Amino acid sequence: MSATVLSIAHARKAFGGLVAVNDVSFDVGEGELIGLIGPNGSGKTTMLNLISGALRPTSGEIRLAGIRISGLAPEKVARIGIARTFQLVRVLPSMTAIENVMAGAVFARNRLWGSPARDFAGGLLARVGLTGREGSPVAAMTYIDQKRVELARALAADPRLLLLDEWLAGLNPSELLIGIDLIRDISREGRTIIMVEHVMDAIRTLCSRCVVMNSGVKIADGAAAAVLADPDVIRAYLGDDDA
Amino acid sequence: MMSLRRDELAVAGSGIAAVALLSLLPLLSDGFVLSFGVNLMLYAAMCTAWALFSGPTRLVSLASAAFFGVGTYSVALGLDSLPFPALIAIAAFVSAALAGLVGAATLRLSGVYFVIFTLGLAELIRQVVAWSQSRFAHKMGLYVFTDFTERDLYWMLLALTTLVFGVGWLINRSRLGFALRIIGDDETVARHVGIATARAKIVLFMTSGAFIGVAGAIVAPRYAYIEPQAAFNPMISFLVVIMALLGGTRRLWGPLVGVVPFTIVMEFITARFPNHSSVVIGIAFLAIVYLLPEGITGFIEGMRDRIRRRAAARTGIEAPEAIEEKAA
Repeated sequence: MSATVLSIAHARKAFGGLVAVNDVSFDVGEGELIGLIGPNGSGKTTMLNLISGALRPTSGEIRLAGIRISGLAPEKVARIGIARTFQLVRVLPSMTAIENVMAGAVFARNRLWGSPARDFAGGLLARVGLTGREGSPVAAMTYIDQKRVELARALAADPRLLLLDEWLAGLNPSELLIGIDLIRDISREGRTIIMVEHVMDAIRTLCSRCVVMNSGVKIADGAAAAVLADPDVIRAYLGDDDA
Repeated sequence: MMSLRRDELAVAGSGIAAVALLSLLPLLSDGFVLSFGVNLMLYAAMCTAWALFSGPTRLVSLASAAFFGVGTYSVALGLDSLPFPALIAIAAFVSAALAGLVGAATLRLSGVYFVIFTLGLAELIRQVVAWSQSRFAHKMGLYVFTDFTERDLYWMLLALTTLVFGVGWLINRSRLGFALRIIGDDETVARHVGIATARAKIVLFMTSGAFIGVAGAIVAPRYAYIEPQAAFNPMISFLVVIMALLGGTRRLWGPLVGVVPFTIVMEFITARFPNHSSVVIGIAFLAIVYLLPEGITGFIEGMRDRIRRRAAARTGIEAPEAIEEKAA
């Protein structure tokens, strides 16, 4: 494995008596595309929120390229180099597609402004397949196009680590293929990605490595094919009888 | 984006021409029209300054009276010892500091709490000023005697309004302006793209508050006798909100569109039915919120978009061209 981009050590998040993330540790290497999977309520999104700064861990430590980011506000974490998409797509409804993407380029690591920001955002819109749609109001766009805008906005920050929270959810079969290709291309460019996903086909096709969570605990971590065949993982998803 | 576009130059040019024309008003007339002009300029400055903050963030501030009163009292308290420009600077500084304190304490709160807090703050300051005057100075008010005429006040307020527009225009072109639009749309997204949302809102609230404080300082000589009930009158806060909402807060010049008709109506009402003005303000407020939630400018822009879309749907060609062809 090459240089470590993200390292999570004994991360724990408790909401009162409910422990959503319990003593989870794993590292992510430069250029890796990791699938973070697990049944509903297993703590995947909470884990993502801990990494992006939306939530503060109760204990444990998270480092990005050696810099401690656990406990920092999301805007600080974004500036250090983490960008994300949201489980339920979040675009800026009053703005055009290109303004949405520029939002990612102006304040985080890139700090572009004026025409360089606009040109850069235009290039990213083309990158996600929205050439010529720069001036469209995002509120009038279809679901997949809004997801594309959101992805372009995350890429606009030139993040060291990209977090995709069920970015493929809700797409129809043909859109899904387009989406998988897009993520694969972005990963091939050397971008480090963690994706939370329920679409197992996508995990199998895309991810070299998977981290599996169940009830807040990490239950498996390894090559995707091996992890998905692990009896513990199958039991977590399907119950005892099918293992 | 950073260099001036042709349409921006056109707007700037017509803005300068408008200011030049308006500055001639005191030479053409004095008495009623000039006095009306002072009212108009006062609310033009305050409403535009209010909308600098409340427009993009959609947080309704009812603290205008607090800033206005702080500005008025800066002049009343310091007139004997300091020159007027220094008092203006003090008014700006103290109002900005007050806004900074309020912002740091409340801007993490969501909408409705912020509204109530700002209303309460203005009332609290009024009570504290009234109490300390009767306790320590043993009188209710302060005299403000200056050599300023209505003309001077009008010109100063015109300069202030121009300055507010200039600053607003610069903010809109800046990262801060873009950050505020993003915050207004979705604060969670704003934070995750790296915007320090609390700081951005506080900076803007301080700017807005400073301008309203300066407006209060400039008109202080008009009152001659200043007491807390007038300087911190909550009606000021409500009028600022109503006029700005009537015009619409999406554009920098939106509030101005509301200030002109409302000032005329208020002038008429206070002359004819002096005891019923609060009833009229209440009805106007309800009517605006129900009938024109986006203000006059928002309504017109919405209509224009709808007509364009309908024209585009009918003819199947690009909307703006369709409109132009019909017009020609």
